[in-house]
Parts: sequence; structure tokens; C-alpha cells
Amino acid sequence: MTEQGGAARTDERLLREGVIRRLVRRPELGAIGGAVLIWVFFAIIAGDRGFLSLRGTANYLGVSAELGILAIFVSLLMIGGEFDLSIGSIIGACGMIIAILPVEFGLNIWIAIAAAFGFALVIGALNGILVVRTGLPSFIITLASLFVVRGLTIGLTRVITGRTQVGGITDVAGYDTAQAFFASSLQIVDPASARAVTANFSVSILWCIVLMVLGTWLLRRTRAGNWIFGVGGDKNAARNMGVPVRRMKILLFMGTAAAACLVATIQVLSVGSADVLRGTGREFYAIIATVIGGTLLTGGYGSVIGPVFGALIVGMVQQGIVYTGIDSDWFQVFLGTMLVAAVMVNNYMRRLASEAKKKES
Amino acid sequence: MSESQTPFVVELADVYKYFGNVIALSGVTFTLKRGEVHCLLGDNGAGKSTLIKILSGVHKADSGLYRVDGEPVSFSSPRDALEAGIATVYQDLSMIPLMSITRNFFLGSEPTKGWGPFRRFDVNGARETVLQEMQKMGIDIRDPEQAVGTLSGGERQSVAIARAVYFGARVLILDEPTSALGVKQAGMVLRYIARARSQGVAVIFITHNPHHAYPVGDRFTILKRGKTMGTFTKAELPRDEMIRMMSGMEDLERLEHELREFSAEGK
Repeated sequence: MTEQGGAARTDERLLREGVIRRLVRRPELGAIGGAVLIWVFFAIIAGDRGFLSLRGTANYLGVSAELGILAIFVSLLMIGGEFDLSIGSIIGACGMIIAILPVEFGLNIWIAIAAAFGFALVIGALNGILVVRTGLPSFIITLASLFVVRGLTIGLTRVITGRTQVGGITDVAGYDTAQAFFASSLQIVDPASARAVTANFSVSILWCIVLMVLGTWLLRRTRAGNWIFGVGGDKNAARNMGVPVRRMKILLFMGTAAAACLVATIQVLSVGSADVLRGTGREFYAIIATVIGGTLLTGGYGSVIGPVFGALIVGMVQQGIVYTGIDSDWFQVFLGTMLVAAVMVNNYMRRLASEAKKKES
Repeated sequence: MSESQTPFVVELADVYKYFGNVIALSGVTFTLKRGEVHCLLGDNGAGKSTLIKILSGVHKADSGLYRVDGEPVSFSSPRDALEAGIATVYQDLSMIPLMSITRNFFLGSEPTKGWGPFRRFDVNGARETVLQEMQKMGIDIRDPEQAVGTLSGGERQSVAIARAVYFGARVLILDEPTSALGVKQAGMVLRYIARARSQGVAVIFITHNPHHAYPVGDRFTILKRGKTMGTFTKAELPRDEMIRMMSGMEDLERLEHELREFSAEGK
């Protein structure tokens, strides 16, 4: 790619390093290859049953995009050496804030969305500060906030509305612009279909791609990106080199929370209602997509492109299984198997990329 | 050298340090001349680590003076020491195995180009600088994009030394850079210590291996149980004498005696 680099003399031993070793260093490669394989698999099995149609494509891309948005930020956090289980309940809480403020209190929905992001950033910061201050594993801290936030959401929603679902969002002030921004879709008439069926490509796909590009830029071309790798690789070494370890970690937790809020906004505006249980289990899907995407669970290594393709794999399988006619109960079996396989491949890849060749000296 | 200038870059005078009721350092005096390699020797628990932590700004001395270029200083963090040109290379704590050499080299001090939201990590510039610096130090690396984990222990230490020199260290504190290395690898690191000295850097080389200290050191300070046993030039201190002082003379003689008895019994 950018191998010329300007340096006059490149070492003649570089050739021996080989193209394969060079490619293996790219953490997203496995997930891209996996996504192609899965697509081919379903194209063969269920191609004639709608998987290959525009509508089918729009379907799994929409599902993947929402997961991808989460996976991008989960990956940044995980590269930074931490873990966030609370995003599922932040989705539920933010969705409720976005629904309740306009429906019950008559506020403009944009104000509600801003409030939801504010809430998410506070929860993210709290997660981060607690992890950094107590030194406890982020697994424990965010497991706690997973329950606290979900409990608060259910409790407060029942106190305020007496229900656990809030609908009627389509009538509130600001809905149209917000809907266009977060939940509109590009409608294309499927040329293959007889009855002019439209395929709806959700704007969330665009959100996901834009965030992926920004995330990659952040990670590979900014100082902050270098710090994220450093913080996750060895936080003591990073601190010795003058990296603001605590600040980076807190910001990364705020990032995952904000991503959860964005997904909540997209969901509420496209469904038109909020449910206190929305987002349940999403934290695990996001982590699975991230790990399938080649990001190391222990930190210090990974990308955001990989996790987006990880999300694409999860989305394709989740939707594709419907087209095959196989009972969708089997989806979770696949997901678990895929996770273990991905972790094993990742570990092997990392060893290739980072350990000295034993043959030498 | 003019009258006003002291010959010492770094100077500790009569320093005491306590941890609770443990006296870690008791009245230590230590000086570092410009462009010298000063070896700090001592067995485990002699106070070497405490001494370098005071020098590098991690700890503060409880009493005594710390001067840099003749001026009294009081560092409250490693950052302060770094700004004064005193860099410390820790044995394991300075390189991140999964990151590339380039990214490690500039971690925390990344060069940027562009402005505002387009300010970015100058990756190509960084890569070229690393190649140049490595060449200047005579370090032979294949590819600056390879992960540091693929380097040998000696190469890692060498890169860390090159990095400190590049970022303007006038004083380099090396904490046991050779202790985990084999003979050949240790030799490589010693060569870079000499190379750094030839670039005008003063080096404090901490080790408990006299065979590593002797070839490269100009002066030697031996610590024992929180006290200095004195500072010697190479001429004043033959190698055998140094080993005897480090280990505590009677101990070693007794050990030698015992060992002789063992082998006598064996016959």
C-alpha cells in the first residue's frame, strides 16, 4: 500500500518477511474473509429464497448497521483494555428518555434526544471514573451499572407512565426532522420482484459507515489513537510515557454509552415507540461482533473495520437463517460457535504478528 | 569548563529516604559528570531502586539536596524530571509488545501535522525518523512497522535507549537493562550505552552484574544497605575488588571457604 514511504534504503531482508505476515498483521482481515464466506454460504443455500434480493440485502444491512455502530465503540474501548456490559440497558434508558420527555411532558423530541445523550455520557463517565478510581475490573463495574440502569428505567417509567411501553412518538414536535436524520430510509423498488416490492435501505447504514471511517481515522492517524493502543497494551508503560491513561479510559466509556444512545435514537424513531426492555442482550452481541472482528479481548490490538464486518456476519446469519427455512432458534448455537472459533483464530494471528520467530538466533 | 559551571549534571547530597520505619537510603551522596557512564552497583535491597526513583521524580527525598546543573530541584513527577532532560528506561515498563516500533517510539509524544480537526499523527514522518535514529545508534531493525514483541530483549532495550536520546535526554537512567539478557544481547546493550555516551549523554547504569558494569563504566558507586561504600574511578577499583565490595567481603570469603570444604569432602 504505502510502502514507498520516502525512505531511500529499505532493508533487503524485508522481502523475507513476506506478504502473508504483513497481511496477518491487519486485525480486520479475518472478519472480512469470514463475511465473504458467510455471504457465499447463504447465497448458495438461500439465494433463490430472497437472501440475494435487494430487500433481503437491505434487511440484513439494517440489522448489521445498528450492531456495527455499537461494535465500533465497543472495539475502541476493548482496544483500550476495558469492557462495557452496560450498553444494553443504556439503550433501554435512552429510548425511554426520548419517548417520555415529548409524550408525557410535551418537549420537542430534539431536546429529548439531547437529554438522552447527556444522560448516556454521564453514565459512561461514571462507569469510567469508577473503573479508574477503584481499580476493579470493568466487567464488575459495568455489570453493576447494567442492572442499576435497567432497574431505574423500569422503575421510573412505571412511576411516570404506569406502563412499560411508551408509544405515540410520531405525533410529537420535531419528529419529522429527527426521523429524517436518524431513521429515514432509501426506498428502492426491487426490479426482480413482480409486485413492485420496495427495499428500504436504512440511514443507519450510513451512520455506521461514517462512524467506521471516523473511528479508523481516530485509531490509526491521531495521537489519541496511539494512546488507545498504548493504554490497552500496557497501561503502566503508557503512563510512564506520559499518556493520560485515566482520561483516555473515561472518554472511551463515554464513547460506548454515546453509541448506545445513538442506537436507541435510531430504534425509537424507526419503531415509533420505546420499551423498557429494549436493548436487552445487545451488549453481548456487540462484544461478539467485536471479537469476531479481530479485536483482542485483553486489549492493545484491533480495529474498527473488523468489528463492523463482525457485525455484518452476525446480521447476515441472524437474517439469513430465516431465508433458509431453518428454525431461527439455531442462530444462537451458531453465534456461540463462531465466537469460540474467532477467539482461537485471533490468538493464533496475534502470535504470528507479535512474537519473535523462534528460529532466529 | 568555566568557574560558574559545576562539572556535575546531577548531584545528590546527603540524601535520606524512609518508608515507614525502614531506612531505604541513609546519607547517600551521588554525582554524575557530563558525558560519563556512572555505574550504580549493589545487591538486592541495597537502595538502588529508591535512588533512581528519587532521581527520576517518582519519589521525593525526605532530606538532602538534589541539584541539576548546580541548581536545586524538587521534582513532583517523572514528567518534571523528563522535562529537565532526565529520562529513565525501565526494564519492562517502557515498551508495548503489541504495538509497532514506530508507535512505541513516539507514544505520548507523537509528531503531528495539519491543524484543528485535521491535526493528525504524522505516520510517515514518524517512520522515517525511527529509521534514521536507529541507524544513528547503529541498531539494526528490519522494519519499523513490526511489533515490538517480535524484537529480542536486547533490541527492545536498545530501541528504548535510542528513544530517550532522541527525545533530548541529557541524563539517561538505565534500570538493570542487561539483567534479563544473555551474554550476546547484553553486549549489544552495552555497546549502545557507549554510543549514547559518545553523543554527549550522561548515563547512570544500574546493575548488579560487575561484569557488565566494568567494561563500560567510567565511575562506580557501590550501594550497600542504603549507604554508599564510596565512588571510585576504574583505576581506583580493580574488578575483583569491586566484586568483593558489592557482595560484602566477609560473606564471599566465607562462601568460598565453605565451597572449598564441600569439594574437599567430595573427594
